[in-house]
Amino acid sequence: MRAAVIVFPGSNCDLDAAWAWEQATGGVALRIWHQSADLGGAEAVLLPGGFAHGDYLRCGALCRFSPAMRAVVAAAERGLPVLGICNGFQILCEAGLLPGALGRNHHLAFRCETVHVRVEDTGTAWTAACRQGEVLALPIAHGEGAYWSPPEELSALEARGGVVFRYCDADGHLAAGANPNGSVAHIAGIRNAAGNVVGLMPHPERAVEALLGGTAGVRILRSALMSARAGAMAHA
Amino acid sequence: MQAFVAGIEVHLKPGALDPQGQAVGAGLRSLGYVGVTDVRVGKHLRVRLEAEDEAAARAAVQRMCQELLANPVMETASFDVRPAPGP
Repeated sequence: MRAAVIVFPGSNCDLDAAWAWEQATGGVALRIWHQSADLGGAEAVLLPGGFAHGDYLRCGALCRFSPAMRAVVAAAERGLPVLGICNGFQILCEAGLLPGALGRNHHLAFRCETVHVRVEDTGTAWTAACRQGEVLALPIAHGEGAYWSPPEELSALEARGGVVFRYCDADGHLAAGANPNGSVAHIAGIRNAAGNVVGLMPHPERAVEALLGGTAGVRILRSALMSARAGAMAHA
Repeated sequence: MQAFVAGIEVHLKPGALDPQGQAVGAGLRSLGYVGVTDVRVGKHLRVRLEAEDEAAARAAVQRMCQELLANPVMETASFDVRPAPGP
């Protein structure tokens, strides 16, 4: 399975994302410069972490003007699996593919550590290989990851089951101390209504090697492969 | 066409926590300004533009705020528009 990893000026997790995709899925990852409108026939899209366009104005705000991002929006509307990781999550929110916004961590610190997240929904292209309620250990590295949505929009998101990952302790409880950035309702990742677009602050691409601390990210990346196969079977 | 300068202020909505503002407020109180009860940190942008008249300039700046300069989810924007000072 071929994935496009979109590279913006200031992206810095694109090589990791491409490598992790190839390790986890056995597929091929193409790094696509943001000025290209051609996703190279990719069957999935990864928006990697980093500081696209220097985080100028707001994190992710200037990416939607890139030709590659216009192609990603069109691909997302066609149902292609799209995963936004960290800065990629911010980009998806700014592009209007996901609701809400990510604000500065409430304690103002840049947090770089391993956290636990609970899988709230396995009905997405990026959690199909996970178990409902499963606790994943994933690294975070961000200063602006506090998910926020106005109360009425948050209620709508929760009502449609739009929350995919929540920060929790190692046992899956939503303990106050387990929320690393002040995200409302412990939200670490969300989906669009169709379930093909998912954004999350933790870095699954940094959790694909046991030697480097864990392999929980493999299942997130491999989920796209599983859901593509399931989709192919459904269409056969 | 006439030249205008817009001064645009972008702030987090009242309901959105402003951790920068809180940190700055704590700093001011540490300096002894115990009367400080709230600080909000925002952005100021200055945009020079040409437009037919001031109404057209205002309308354009209003759209700029909605489409890019503020994130409508968590920010609000306010602005003023003035004729640009001569060369």
